[in-house]
Amino acid sequence: MTDQTTTQPQIREVTVADALRLAEAGYRIIDVREELEWNEGHIPSATLVPLGDVLGRIEAVIPDKTTPLLVHCAAGARSARAVARMQSLGYTNAVSMKGSALDWRRLGGDWEAPQPLLTPAQQRRYSRQLLIPEIGQKGQRKLLDGRVLLIGAGGLGSPSALYLAASGVGTIGLVDDDAVDESNLQRQVLHTADRIGMPKTESARITLNALNPETKIVEHRERLTGENVERLIADYDVIVDGTDNFDTRYVLNDAALKLRKPVVHGSIYRWDGQITTFVPFVGPCYRCMYPVQPPEELAPSCAVAGVLGVLPGIVGLMQANEVFKLLLGVGETLAGRLLMFDAMATRFDEVKVWRDPQCPACGEASPFVAAPAQMAEALEEAVR
Amino acid sequence: MSSVRIPPVLRDAVGGSRSVAASGATVAEVLRDLFQQFPALRERVTEDGELSRFVNVYVNDRDVRYREGLETPVAEADTIILLPAMAGGSS
Repeated sequence: MTDQTTTQPQIREVTVADALRLAEAGYRIIDVREELEWNEGHIPSATLVPLGDVLGRIEAVIPDKTTPLLVHCAAGARSARAVARMQSLGYTNAVSMKGSALDWRRLGGDWEAPQPLLTPAQQRRYSRQLLIPEIGQKGQRKLLDGRVLLIGAGGLGSPSALYLAASGVGTIGLVDDDAVDESNLQRQVLHTADRIGMPKTESARITLNALNPETKIVEHRERLTGENVERLIADYDVIVDGTDNFDTRYVLNDAALKLRKPVVHGSIYRWDGQITTFVPFVGPCYRCMYPVQPPEELAPSCAVAGVLGVLPGIVGLMQANEVFKLLLGVGETLAGRLLMFDAMATRFDEVKVWRDPQCPACGEASPFVAAPAQMAEALEEAVR
Repeated sequence: MSSVRIPPVLRDAVGGSRSVAASGATVAEVLRDLFQQFPALRERVTEDGELSRFVNVYVNDRDVRYREGLETPVAEADTIILLPAMAGGSS
């Protein structure tokens, strides 16, 4: 500061109490702290011009050099240097507040602090995942604001719902019109023996809210149909498909394309599972992958064919893993890849799934057509 | 001989195997050999002599629909995957 004061001995400094009066009288307030400090809280009417930018930017911000300016920082040192620099540019009415921003608040000055991303309780609860660089506070906030719809609160839905709720996904919707049956308990770990006969969505809500009272559980006690699908999925960010029949999968696929909702797909048969992610108009859709539905004897449901309990557990958690990446916007999803798990051999295989230009749902003649630019981008992505 | 992966719903047609060997220089030839060895499989996945549209065929990890279809060449070391859609889920 000495170099400045020798050349600019006339810096006017005011106390915090005087600064409050000047602000009241209409002085423009210039905050010369760094952006990070500003983000933690600032005077609402102030303009941010960090000290290092004063010489370069102040004339653009305040063209009239006679404007009365109240310059402040955290304690008064940077603001004095800022005033010296302003005076060197010809500003005649700049004063520096000598005192701390904290005093300004103590004396009743206006102050605006952003809501902290997480409450102390949330910081404790999610501390292990806050340590992960790809999550952190911002990522956790995204999870807390995230809305995920699970189609089916059964074998695949159980493990995903448990882990999504545990890690703080804010809203979980469950679409299921079934009641808990004794034969479900071998794999549907959301439900318990004393809840046989209870609607699955209700049983799921009890389990999930016991695990995380903060997660909002929305019960949709209905079967997904062509009539209700758009209403059901409209308010959610990601759809997790754990349905048990092709008709529902096609219905969901088309509505998800129309409303641009990513769908995380899982299906299981005895010892085998398939997982992929459909991102509308970016990757392929369900109809690109399976344009024609197989006859029933080639695609029996679990009720007919049987299923190993641990298999939906593994596949459901792979689906949850996809959901996390979609909500956080990190990593690489299974869009364009079908992952196959063979539990008997403990083996994963992967095949590529192409976006079909002839696909009746998402191809060139799509009734849910995307903007041309989006299509071009998507095609580029698909052939990469 | 190439190796053909058999999906769970079709394994009973090949005596329960997860993978069987078949020879041929194209997908069509491999399937012909496969169906000769396992006539029950032919009944399950063909219609009027053609491979049913609900069965996806991959050579290694590539869908033959986006290569040369049934004329896609097959090398000895290639793995062919037959893949009908699976329905199973929650209920």
